[in-house]
Amino acid sequence: MIIAILSGFIVAALIPLLSKFIKSKGSILLPFLPMSLFVYFASYLPRIGKGEKLSFVYEWVPSFGINLSFHLDGLSMLFALLITGIGTLVFFYTFSYLKGHIYLDRFYGYLSMFMASMLGLVLSDNIITLFIFWELTSISSFFLIGFNNDDPKSRKSALLALSITGMGGLFLLAGMLLLGTAGGSYSFQELLSNGNLIQAHDNYGWIILLVFLGAFTKSAQFPFHFWLPGAMKAPTPVSTYLHSATMVKAGIYILARFTPLLGGTAEWNTTLIIVGAVTMVYAAIHAIFRMDMKSILAYSTISALGILVFLIGLGTEESLLAACVFILVHALYKATLFLITGIVDHETGTRDVTVLGGLRKVMMPVAIAAGLAALSNAGAPPFFGFIGKDLIYEATLHFGDWAYLLTGAAILTNICLLFAGLLAGYKPFAGNLPAEFSKVHLPHPTMWVPPLILAVLGLVFGLFPVLIEKNLIQPVFSSLTNNDTLIHLKLWHGFNVVLGLSMLTLTLGVLLYWKLKPSEALFGKTLKFELFSPQTIAMLFGRLFSEFAKLWTGFFQNGYLRNYVITILGFLTILLGYRLYQGVNFYVDTAKLTELTIYEVIVVLIMIISIIFTVFSKSRLVAVASLGVIGYSICLIFLFYSAPDLAMTQFSIDTLTVILFVLVIYNLPKYKTFSKRRVRVRDGILSVFFGTLIAILTLEVLSEPLNRETSIFYAESAYILAKGKNVVNVILVDFRGLDTIVEITVLVIAAIGVFSLLKLRLKSIEKE
Amino acid sequence: MKTIIFKTASTYLLPLLILFSVFILLRGHYLPGGGFVGGLIASIAFVIHSFANGLEQTKSLIKFHPGFLMPIGLCIALLSGAAPLLVGQSFMTGLWFEDPLPVIGMVGSALFFDTGVYLVVIGVTLTIIFTISETL
Repeated sequence: MIIAILSGFIVAALIPLLSKFIKSKGSILLPFLPMSLFVYFASYLPRIGKGEKLSFVYEWVPSFGINLSFHLDGLSMLFALLITGIGTLVFFYTFSYLKGHIYLDRFYGYLSMFMASMLGLVLSDNIITLFIFWELTSISSFFLIGFNNDDPKSRKSALLALSITGMGGLFLLAGMLLLGTAGGSYSFQELLSNGNLIQAHDNYGWIILLVFLGAFTKSAQFPFHFWLPGAMKAPTPVSTYLHSATMVKAGIYILARFTPLLGGTAEWNTTLIIVGAVTMVYAAIHAIFRMDMKSILAYSTISALGILVFLIGLGTEESLLAACVFILVHALYKATLFLITGIVDHETGTRDVTVLGGLRKVMMPVAIAAGLAALSNAGAPPFFGFIGKDLIYEATLHFGDWAYLLTGAAILTNICLLFAGLLAGYKPFAGNLPAEFSKVHLPHPTMWVPPLILAVLGLVFGLFPVLIEKNLIQPVFSSLTNNDTLIHLKLWHGFNVVLGLSMLTLTLGVLLYWKLKPSEALFGKTLKFELFSPQTIAMLFGRLFSEFAKLWTGFFQNGYLRNYVITILGFLTILLGYRLYQGVNFYVDTAKLTELTIYEVIVVLIMIISIIFTVFSKSRLVAVASLGVIGYSICLIFLFYSAPDLAMTQFSIDTLTVILFVLVIYNLPKYKTFSKRRVRVRDGILSVFFGTLIAILTLEVLSEPLNRETSIFYAESAYILAKGKNVVNVILVDFRGLDTIVEITVLVIAAIGVFSLLKLRLKSIEKE
Repeated sequence: MKTIIFKTASTYLLPLLILFSVFILLRGHYLPGGGFVGGLIASIAFVIHSFANGLEQTKSLIKFHPGFLMPIGLCIALLSGAAPLLVGQSFMTGLWFEDPLPVIGMVGSALFFDTGVYLVVIGVTLTIIFTISETL
């Protein structure tokens, strides 16, 4: 199992090595990866159908309770099959769609990486690994959206998508951690047995809020939906795979997965119903005014995701069944429509539905696929979509007090979706063929066969729902509701209200298609509302944030070394001074101080004189030289107190510092103006304060009882353990050798920094 | 500062100081000294030479860019730390030869480690000082 999940990562890692081979012919081999995975997962179908649940555990970080444990039940199975199945078709499709693209290898790499992450996500039993795979999908999605990396719009969309879904990911992580603490385990199966405990927990509200934020950002729910239309900048295979069939359903997956655990409460259901309903209506209305096929499909995807959230929110057995079926229905027809959009775009060079028409004459099989998908989308009998829509209406109708309102919302949404489906799946192929497209021809079979397969499946499942009822939908339903009620899918329910509503939707939708023609003017009108849209608000927030960051940085990082030093010293002085003033009794133990010798007095006098020189000299060189004198005097003091190692090092360092200073300063022009008196006085006061403070601290430290355990250990063990007599050196090279390695590495980095900064400048000067 | 006295002195000082720096490096484990100080002294030797004879002279004397000493030193330090892994002991365990070598004395992984530090310090100091004096 672990090989199945990780194979995508392995392939992704190998692809750069085989890049030449893949770009020439090898890419036709790649689709066999998802295909074999599909077969692998499908082979478990009979066992899953019998109600079995399979677990696979591999230890990873057992000390933190993080294991690579995977769990295959109905819900995971449905998603795994979608991921690998649609993955296979998309991999084949890409073969022709991006044929000869210079980054074809890279594209397949990202795609494999995404597939593996998504598989990991839906199969993880451990909620921490689930989060990790969740983030991996966001990251691979970022790369795929930004695939056309020379297009600034594409880069911007990628960044937007990453920041929205990444932010959601962080919320999800917080939620998972809270959940793990509340339930005492990070394993979902173990949590499930503690369900009551968690629902009664104080943090329950926070947990569901955080899980919601994660799911809503990923599944593009209102008000986080706006990254999805932007994500359509990605090549069509990506839009098909990530942004309609699989990745955006990760949020749905999370909600469905956690329904037995967290669901069933008023907070859970009400929030989901409201958010889902708002999203589905809002996005459906948006969809009908668009002209770009991809944009239409993007909004209708958001709307469909809204329907799913809404259904999960209703929380009744009927609605959950409807959700199970609708996941599959939507994946089938939406992936078809996206793939077709890709074909149309690839062959004609436009996706504008107002221009396109009559393409059936030049690409019949594509037109058939599109027509089938549009009909399944419309929910026309006998398509699978019809079953899906019936179940939705049944769920809303039986939902107590709010039945009429909710059913109304569902009908409105479905009408708009039907319209959008016709726009994308029927309009480009109907009517007369414009002359400019008469040369258009059918693409390579690897492009038009995949959508046809998906579209035909939508019809087959509708005619014979029994094919998937027992092995697929039943287990999904069981893992959602956590019980084993038998379900029964059928096409014909007899004449009842639901059928009536279905027909009403169909009629009104077709009527709408007849009346409403999308156009520039109509689209322009909707743009006015963009002013209040969440996207505008989020963008505004983002702008304000970066403005604030600029101000903040400008204030603190002003580039003047003296200001940095003043800030640091001032802050330290205030902090330490306050602490000393507050809680420390100042006390100097005079008995512990040694007698003053004449050498020390002389050295200190020299230091004071050089300080005066440094401060009042009018020449930089004199100031630097007298600073050097101070350094050498300190060396002498070290020597007096028997620290030859320190003295030696201090001596060499001081020498080099003076040399460096001289090198830098020598070439500077003479002082033009001195700092103002006011500034000098301020600096002087600060220095005096800081110096006094450090002196007090040092004296204070002396009067504290000293814990000499460490130094005694080093002194005693230096020869025994490290065979050295110079304790300082032994500490450096042996006891704390690792520190030294890091320190010399830092030194090297500093040197490289100086070198590259100055050399770069040198080169740019030479160029001029 | 290209006086004849300084120039002459620097020619003699350079080998003496370098010898002295190696001496400091080797005695570090038992008496005051060590790779860090040794490295600093060696760099001072080169800096004095470059002051007296000009940077170009010193550079042609060294033959290669002192920056290359940095990775070499780092590798020596790291390898001496990693060597115990080969004999199944943990990272950075001190290993020692049984008998002292003539002149150098006891030789152990710590000495190699210190040599690494020595080289890195020379490399870093000279790179910084040479780059700055070239640029300005």
